Amino acid sequence: MAKITMREAISQALMEEMDRDPAVFIMGEEVGVWGGTYAVTKGFYDKYGPDRVKDTPIAENAIVGGAIGAAMAGKRPIAELMTINFAFSAMDYVVNQAPKLHYMFGGQFKVPLVIRAVGGGGRQLGATHSQTPDAVFAHFPGLKVVSPGTPEDAKGLLKTAIRSDDPILFIEHATMYQVRGEVPEGEYLIPIGKSKVQRAGKDLTIVTYCKGLELSMKAADELAKDGIDAEIVDLRTLRPLDMEPVLESFKKTNRAIVVEEGWKSYGVGSEVVSRIYEEAFDYVDAPIVRVAQKEVPLPYNRTLEQAALPQVPDIVAAAKEVLR
Amino acid sequence: MKKEQQLDMYRQMVLIRRVEERGAELYQAGKIGGFMHLYIGQEAVSTGLIAARESRDRVITAYRDHGVALNCGLSADSVMAELLGKSTGMSKGKGGSMHMASAEKNFWGGHAIVGGHLPIAAGLAIADQYDKNDNVTICMFGDGATNIGYFHEALNLAKAWGLRVLWVCENNNYGMGTAVERASAVHEIRQKADGYGMGNERVDGMDVMQVYEAAKKAIEKVRTEGKPYFMEVVTYRYRGHSMGDPERYRSSDEVKQWHAKDPIGIFRKFLLDKKIATAKALDEIEARVEDEVNKAVEFAEASPEPALDELFTNVFVEN
Ligand SMILES: Cc1ncc(C[n+]2csc(CCOP(=O)(O)OP(=O)(O)O)c2C)c(N)n1
Ligand SMILES: [Mg+2]
Repeated sequence: MAKITMREAISQALMEEMDRDPAVFIMGEEVGVWGGTYAVTKGFYDKYGPDRVKDTPIAENAIVGGAIGAAMAGKRPIAELMTINFAFSAMDYVVNQAPKLHYMFGGQFKVPLVIRAVGGGGRQLGATHSQTPDAVFAHFPGLKVVSPGTPEDAKGLLKTAIRSDDPILFIEHATMYQVRGEVPEGEYLIPIGKSKVQRAGKDLTIVTYCKGLELSMKAADELAKDGIDAEIVDLRTLRPLDMEPVLESFKKTNRAIVVEEGWKSYGVGSEVVSRIYEEAFDYVDAPIVRVAQKEVPLPYNRTLEQAALPQVPDIVAAAKEVLR
Repeated sequence: MKKEQQLDMYRQMVLIRRVEERGAELYQAGKIGGFMHLYIGQEAVSTGLIAARESRDRVITAYRDHGVALNCGLSADSVMAELLGKSTGMSKGKGGSMHMASAEKNFWGGHAIVGGHLPIAAGLAIADQYDKNDNVTICMFGDGATNIGYFHEALNLAKAWGLRVLWVCENNNYGMGTAVERASAVHEIRQKADGYGMGNERVDGMDVMQVYEAAKKAIEKVRTEGKPYFMEVVTYRYRGHSMGDPERYRSSDEVKQWHAKDPIGIFRKFLLDKKIATAKALDEIEARVEDEVNKAVEFAEASPEPALDELFTNVFVEN
């Protein structure tokens, strides 16, 4: 096992798949000469050249729409959106075209497309550049939504995504590129649509993903000091949502909280909690609590922004509340 | 043009430069966060442009907005406070570097989604058309913004509906690290306006007087003819795209060449050559600006953080 950063993990996945399959190419803003705004594709332009690492104009519709066309025609494009907030500029392609084309034409077309997008708040980028709108995208059948929380998962899931024949939105978190973690040596794949227990415990279940995983792990350490043993289930994929490990854990602990960085209303937590109530109602010992972002656009000021984002103490408090 | 106005334009250009130089220092010191895009090198563009407007003419721009804010008459105090995220900033610390605005000064904001404010600019002009007045909306944006759909929809609408918008493309040669030639179908951006049957011209954006003269005429044209017009203003940013740009996409030689055309240097020489001002008078202006900026930094640092419950204000007008 090697310990690498999230950035390196994603970079390795891209490089391994580009080396393996000549149909794989990258297109997006500043992915080439600049080396990627988060330095994920640093060195790619020199290694693969401008045909496979395409610096695009600032034209999100052309990036995603163009990648859809190339994918339909048999290529395996990775369209990069500099931030997920710019997916709104290409919303029609992301949610209204890519997810529909296979179904609507009775299975004649395939869209083997990966859209990589950087999401998340916490960097004082202001209201239009700091969102965690993952749930919005997970609403649409036909679009798979993946959002890993560890380098190991990022690498394995991204490789699988690139090989998949379906359109996949792969959401990374802007503050997690330096996160380090163990990654298996050699090639490995991780299936899309499988949740995973990232920390075993017996007292309550914390359901989370992406940035929420990082926060929940810290919260679990805090809780452990008070003798509370939390189990953490990482969704990793929001659609298709794998409830099995969540339900299995919940049937054991009978208490749960859901932690996400996005807004609470109509969010990932809303979905997970409903599913628990629908599928494991008899096991509920306490109302399930959601920890999420305050219902405001994110402000620039650091103190206010941090107050709006879910924090470790919020998770600890929620856990204690469901255990009361 | 009156001497006083020219000297004031000089003051504004120096003010923008000093505010941003201090801003860069404060950013390095960790007192400013997020993205900060400096206007240094491009001061002549918004200074000439905004000097040519009447106060009833609206101004809207992208995230590279500190200069525009100052030109529109916002104080250095307010700009510096917003950069530091303080309650005394014009956006109460909620907007930051990219989101300065002043309803009072008819400045409709810095906007951070590339090209996103162009249809909004058209909308401002729709409101004026609705009111049957002849106010002009001045909409500034970068070369990179002309490659996104918003640009094309907005130009088409403006021409089709006869909206009074002066479109001003600040062509600083790059959208982040991508040179115009690598991203745009035409390399003279003004040609894009041809496709919409819109009058257009290209102007030297390092010379504030040229920008001013061209803008004066263009605004008059838009006002009297009741249709949009397009200015491509050629300029250059001396600093990186935003703070922390590795600048792998351009050579230091190129940057040096453009430094020889420093807009403040050019204007200073013009004022001296035409005997509009003495070196001493210009130095005094610079000293006063220096003082103003020092005070602005003190003001911003001493200003209070926004109260925590500001987090929940302004989500809706009516809560
Ligand atoms: C829709 C959208 N896509 C991408 C970005 C990221 N981005 C911010 S500024 C910028 C470059 C814009 O270049 P240009 O329009 O030439 O303006 P300049 O920065 O040179 O003033 C990019 C790609 C964004 N803010 N919005
Ligand atoms: Mg530019």
